[in-house]
Amino acid sequence: MARTVPARAGDIKAQRQKGTPLADALDAQRINRLAHFDVPAHKSGRGNPELTEYLGERAMAMDVNSMKPLDNLGHPVSVIKEAQELCAEAFGADDAFFMVNGTTSAVQAMIMASVTTGDEIILPRNVHRSAINALVVCGAIPVYINPGIDKRLGIPLGMSVEDVKRTIKEHPNAKAILVNNPTYYGICSNLKEIVKLAHAAGMRVLADEAHGTHFYFHEELPVSAMACGCDMAAASIHKTGGSLTQSSVLLTRKPVNPDYVRQVITLTQSTSASYLLLSSLDIARKNLFFKGRDMYQKTIEFADYAREEINDLGGYYAFGPELINGDTVFAFDRTKLSVHTRDIGLAGIEVYDYLRDDYGIQIEFGDIGNLLAIISCGDRMMDIDRLISALEEIKRKREKSPIGLFDHEYINPDIAMAPQTAFYAKKRRVKLEKSKGFIAGEFVMSYPPGIPIVAPGERITADVLEHILFAKAKGCFMTGTEDMSLEYVNVLA
Amino acid sequence: MTGNNLTDLWYTDEHTRNVRFSMKVTEQIASKKSKVQRIDILDTPAYGRVLCLDGGIMITERDEFIYHEMLAHVPMAVHPRVKNVLVIGGGDGGTVRELCKYKSIETIDLVEADKDVVLLSKKHLPFTSSKFKDKRVSVWFEEGLRFVRGKKNEYDLIIVDSPDPYGPAEGFFTREFYGTCYKALRDDGILINQHESPFYDEHCKSVRDAHRHITLEFPISTVYQAHIPSYPSGHWLFGFASKKWNPIGNLDEARWNKLRINTRYYNTALHRGAFALPNYVLDMLHEEEQAAFK
Repeated sequence: MARTVPARAGDIKAQRQKGTPLADALDAQRINRLAHFDVPAHKSGRGNPELTEYLGERAMAMDVNSMKPLDNLGHPVSVIKEAQELCAEAFGADDAFFMVNGTTSAVQAMIMASVTTGDEIILPRNVHRSAINALVVCGAIPVYINPGIDKRLGIPLGMSVEDVKRTIKEHPNAKAILVNNPTYYGICSNLKEIVKLAHAAGMRVLADEAHGTHFYFHEELPVSAMACGCDMAAASIHKTGGSLTQSSVLLTRKPVNPDYVRQVITLTQSTSASYLLLSSLDIARKNLFFKGRDMYQKTIEFADYAREEINDLGGYYAFGPELINGDTVFAFDRTKLSVHTRDIGLAGIEVYDYLRDDYGIQIEFGDIGNLLAIISCGDRMMDIDRLISALEEIKRKREKSPIGLFDHEYINPDIAMAPQTAFYAKKRRVKLEKSKGFIAGEFVMSYPPGIPIVAPGERITADVLEHILFAKAKGCFMTGTEDMSLEYVNVLA
Repeated sequence: MTGNNLTDLWYTDEHTRNVRFSMKVTEQIASKKSKVQRIDILDTPAYGRVLCLDGGIMITERDEFIYHEMLAHVPMAVHPRVKNVLVIGGGDGGTVRELCKYKSIETIDLVEADKDVVLLSKKHLPFTSSKFKDKRVSVWFEEGLRFVRGKKNEYDLIIVDSPDPYGPAEGFFTREFYGTCYKALRDDGILINQHESPFYDEHCKSVRDAHRHITLEFPISTVYQAHIPSYPSGHWLFGFASKKWNPIGNLDEARWNKLRINTRYYNTALHRGAFALPNYVLDMLHEEEQAAFK
């Protein structure tokens, strides 16, 4: 006689996580041969043969609109709801919201769901532009914390616990605090401690995890926002988790009211959410749950190998966990491969250009002193070796004396007014070179990383101007201004 | 009985998406999925024993002499003092076998990423692997790209004996690889590489890219050819890149002929002829030289 073994909780969870309800419903839809009299007009690709040839029939057949068996992202009651619940479970959240307008929309939704006109929000200055954009839209007032800077590398760090403590004391009415987990360079603040301080002061903690999806799936990586008790987190599954570009997820924990969050999201989110993006989130979540640990183990090994080899080349500094100092660098994300290039006399952006133009190697970004390569389990050892060899070649052929390179310092923003007030104020155009002393009416940043050098409402000081001019001269891709060529900048009239 | 007996087994190498090359198989000698690739060894009536990597022909017993002799003897007849040689790839041992014919060579480093290729060659391909036991030969099981990275001014001759640039050998057709080879060579060093076939459109991008990259890294960069029946189109190119020696101007026929080295394909008259290329190939190479220095 067969003996019934009581199933363990873990087994039941794994059984659930095997499902991909949204992707399954979409696939069923693809083969059920419905006569379509709804949008999109290409109707499984037949209406646009050239695009079908280009993208493939299967992708076109999956590009459908919301309909009864496929649920509705703005009001999920069936397969999207189930897929989001599985996602929340996989990430250890109470609720999860699929986003189809990038992590930008997830960051904005969590800010707009937490603060409104006149409310204060505490945040490090090295946030992504999406966060400050949210303040332009909702009218909240930023209270910046100087993230501190690594003098040698010229990179912004995390927030120190002391600074957070002091700022909370000085701004007891602030509604929320936003934390990068991690920064673009892989640096994490002491998130658990910050959550404790913020919650004691009745503030929400919002985590920008645009570069931290993988934290949820490997125990050697920095601790994730949900595990730290953060209230909300924007996790960019497409960046390091394997879903399609532009798909993302917003995670929340009680007592955040999920129905209110959904209302805020629908203020700006498309009502024709792409099912290609949504199904990619469903499948990526399953893949992360079952294979995430192996994927990130491989990624860590690749990145550690590359760091070691690059540091052996001399001149370059591929920095890693040795930066950890217990405070402003509380943890380091080892999957990030950041390389400091200043000691070979080249700006990171110059090395970035040589890698692409001379060696056919595309990396994530180069800024003034560093470059960042994204490593993933999709890499091959040969490609990692190509990158290392190309860096060696660039050093052999192009090494210069580091003298004359801009010494990058954190620029404490001189805030004259709220971003929203400045953005909507009467403005005029001035020559960039003559903009010193004016209040900026728009952003100026190099992209990537997309961290504003100056944001609306901040004064353009001599330091700010020098930084902008240097980044522009070195060939950084400058964005944010109305004038696409950044000859002019909009300032308050 | 017709030729198409039901007991026949045929092996097909896909030369391009539209062209296939088939040979009858008498027996499958070995088949292994290594860490790097799939390795198969077949016995065939027409080409003898055949080594296949990821399904494509690497060498055949019948015509490997052409390939290996052209890799080894062309630079050896030009450079008068080759003492230290690096062979990248070439786990079947054929290139090493040819190099071992020179008493003047002191060391041969062979770097092969796939240990199983060497092990299976030693066991099943005695006609190429016979010189692995030569005292001058050291075998390193490593990524070639990584091995060369650490070397500076150490070799007189580097021979890149790699598979096609689709898959594990992609890295050997990159500019950074040729640049690190330049650095690993002495001031009068020579780099020889298997340079693919110019004939089919699918392959000629590799020929072009390799030539452009090498031209950017070496002051002397030329190409020579040979006829290798089992390779796609049969028309095969090799790259001759050098810091100092000119492949024709510095060819020392008397010196080489005095060595009395036994070869079946190579001779010094053929050496000169091998550098005379068809016009369509010259045009292709010329375009890339223009692009390199634009």
